[in-house]
Amino acid sequence: MSQPKESWNSRIGVILAVMGSAVGLGNFLRFPGQAAQNGGGLFMIPYLVAFVIVGIPLAWSEWALGRYGGSMGYNSAPGIFQGVFRNRNGAYVGMLGTVMPLLIYTYYVIIEALCLYYAWNYLNGVLPALGGDIGEVGGFFGASLGAGDHGALFTSEQAPMLGFIFFCFFLNFVLIYRGISQGIEKFCIYAMPLLVLCAFIVLGRVLTLPPNPAHPEQNILAGLGYMWNPVQEEGKTLLSSLAEPEIWLAATGQIFFSLSLGFGLILTYASYLKKDDDVCLSSLTSAAGNGFCEVVLGGMIAIPAAFIFLGPALLSENISTFGLGFTALPNVFNQMPAGSFFGFLFFFLLFLAAVTSSLSMLQPSIALLEEGLGLTRKPAVAILGFITFTGTFFITFFSKDVLALDTIDFWMANFFIFIFATVQTIVFGWVIGPEQGYTALSAGAEISVPRWIMTVMIRYISPLYLLVVFAFWCKSALPERWDSIVNPPKGEPPVVLLSIGFIVMVLVFFSFVIAGANQRWDSDEPRSAEDPS
Amino acid sequence: MTPGGWIVMIIAASGMTALLVWCVWKVLSTPQSTRHLHSPADIDPEDD
Repeated sequence: MSQPKESWNSRIGVILAVMGSAVGLGNFLRFPGQAAQNGGGLFMIPYLVAFVIVGIPLAWSEWALGRYGGSMGYNSAPGIFQGVFRNRNGAYVGMLGTVMPLLIYTYYVIIEALCLYYAWNYLNGVLPALGGDIGEVGGFFGASLGAGDHGALFTSEQAPMLGFIFFCFFLNFVLIYRGISQGIEKFCIYAMPLLVLCAFIVLGRVLTLPPNPAHPEQNILAGLGYMWNPVQEEGKTLLSSLAEPEIWLAATGQIFFSLSLGFGLILTYASYLKKDDDVCLSSLTSAAGNGFCEVVLGGMIAIPAAFIFLGPALLSENISTFGLGFTALPNVFNQMPAGSFFGFLFFFLLFLAAVTSSLSMLQPSIALLEEGLGLTRKPAVAILGFITFTGTFFITFFSKDVLALDTIDFWMANFFIFIFATVQTIVFGWVIGPEQGYTALSAGAEISVPRWIMTVMIRYISPLYLLVVFAFWCKSALPERWDSIVNPPKGEPPVVLLSIGFIVMVLVFFSFVIAGANQRWDSDEPRSAEDPS
Repeated sequence: MTPGGWIVMIIAASGMTALLVWCVWKVLSTPQSTRHLHSPADIDPEDD
């Protein structure tokens, strides 16, 4: 096999593409909700600690591992792992790095379409007409996702939403078909600055909002206080509240999901770099850009605005990612002056953030189909289009209570992501090893990375931290999920089992792809990573 | 908004902003870092 033919066109392009992959709904909706629920300002202490000891080292190791694999001519996680292990079984270890993003794409594109659908409904006046009734807005949200019944999105009332899903699905494939530099990079170069501009305009509006006339105590300062004041649990001091494991779990999870770590996306993106391209400064810049969007923009828009119009009681009932974004905030925009314009702008920025993220989810599978089966882009995109269309159709049809979406999200974006992130860290810290790993990390580096980042953080602290967090998470989340598998609701289609069946089918399909790829790689000349020094 | 809230918000927001500004400044001021990584001629449009 030849060296990768595709590559990034510019340094700024690769940074914005990785930043775009990371900046998503999590920055603008999940982060403020998590912070407000976990001690407000107190949450920022574990958040910043996790950013330094998990976020940055993991980002560095993923970028370096990706570029290391790219120097061997591999762009997909299975290829990279096969090259690192020098064993065909290594490719199966890396399989999650293609399957996870692909399956996440199947439902993420629906959420992306929902953002655009909301933006559209602000332009045509449907959402503003619902006024300040949170029940009406909640009903609109449920109907848009077809949460009332299976197949609800295939009725004439919801045909527009279905149309938006098709449009977003098609848009992603058009961009991905154009390739790394002409599709992903070019889109992110325009979309990311536009996203930040939209966010600043909305932020300016929120920070200049007058107090609620009916409740003058609900003003912007009180709203910022709801988000940022350090709050201890009842009967505890700030210090003892900080000692609770839940706050550390929530903060680590937020850093982890927000930086798009453990998905296999960064591996693929970084594999298109050359051996002397910097990874240290680029990854730090992407992480900082993501952190800026999250803390400065995300932390000052959603919660303060919702506090002014809804008050603390109603806000606390709608503080989940979806509740805050698609029920509470539309209600807020419907009540504020020029709310239609700002509502459109906010949901359009969420749409841009979602597209830059969903684009990155398709490239790992494309890379595997291209390099593993020797396909050109057209058939690779066609195969991927068929698989993802099947998945999106399945989730769109089994929409009652958003159960299919929730099931695939739980297993992919919560369970397997921890496993794959831990595997990646162990592979970089132990299989590649501290010496070669540090050389791979620091080759072409434009900032100096201390050696202990590799020998202590990436090798010991990060995997240990991940395993501890994963163990606590399993203890709290798995029993309920297991119950939903063994005790499905009576008289209903077994949606949870069907969703798991779909995941298994995709895993089996990619096992065959990897088997074929292994044969192809075996027949190639043996290769090793170029000396990065 | 309590003094503690102000302190946390200012430290977190200014810290992230400072890190981003420093990174962007470093990227833009490093002579080789804004060059094109690869020329468009390197890209093989396989399906054309």
